[in-house]
Amino acid sequence: MASPMKIRAQLKGDIAEIKILMAHPMETGQRKDPKTNQFFPAHFIQHFSVELGGKVVVQSQVGASVSTNPVFGFKVKGAKAGDKVVVKWQDNKGESRTDEAAVA
Amino acid sequence: MNILRRSVLKGASASGVLAAALAAGLLKPTQVLAADWNKAAFESKEAAGAMKAMGADAAVASKDILVKAPDIAENGAVVPVDVVSNIPNTVSLMVFVDKNPFPLSVAFDFANGAVADVSMRLKMGNTSDVRVVAKTADGKLFVATKEVKVTAGGCGG
Repeated sequence: MASPMKIRAQLKGDIAEIKILMAHPMETGQRKDPKTNQFFPAHFIQHFSVELGGKVVVQSQVGASVSTNPVFGFKVKGAKAGDKVVVKWQDNKGESRTDEAAVA
Repeated sequence: MNILRRSVLKGASASGVLAAALAAGLLKPTQVLAADWNKAAFESKEAAGAMKAMGADAAVASKDILVKAPDIAENGAVVPVDVVSNIPNTVSLMVFVDKNPFPLSVAFDFANGAVADVSMRLKMGNTSDVRVVAKTADGKLFVATKEVKVTAGGCGG
């Protein structure tokens, strides 16, 4: 089971600045294990979505070249304090995780 | 074979049916999401091929896309990249690292008030252009690049 995401959503005027840190190895499949000389199998987030106040605001397709423990920042207009932010990701092994926070 | 499942599969191209099936909890959202991943684009080994697979090969150079990244990255494993598109009605951004083994890094679609202003961290194997394509609501494509010199690669090793 993957670790929880860290989500922070701060209101600036009517814009929510959303920062997300996902805990994930983002293994590219190109890296060799020096002991066995085998490639570490690819294991990376392929898709995530961000919802604000019940509406999908960002949908993303992700490749293995996003850094380990991906960090993303977004800005969304028309947000209010207390709006719920829901982030969902899914990786190439079918693992997934959903976490939420509120706009502060 | 379950009849309901058959009808869902048959009607899967009609988004209304799919949405209804989703609402009814017949399909796991993850199945729909998986279909969204553009395999051909992500597995393309050249930026041109990846852009073509994303339908972004006809992009026109624009100064209204700002790509903020370090001139020199000491650690290619974590290169901070910020992108802002000042082109009105930008609905999608795609980020390519030309010299990476698989150039397409990430693509975003915006809706419901999300603006084309994102920050991310990417792996870069070598010194390369970071190429950002912006797509507007009426399907126009624009591109901007920023070179990042990498002194220690983030891929392989």
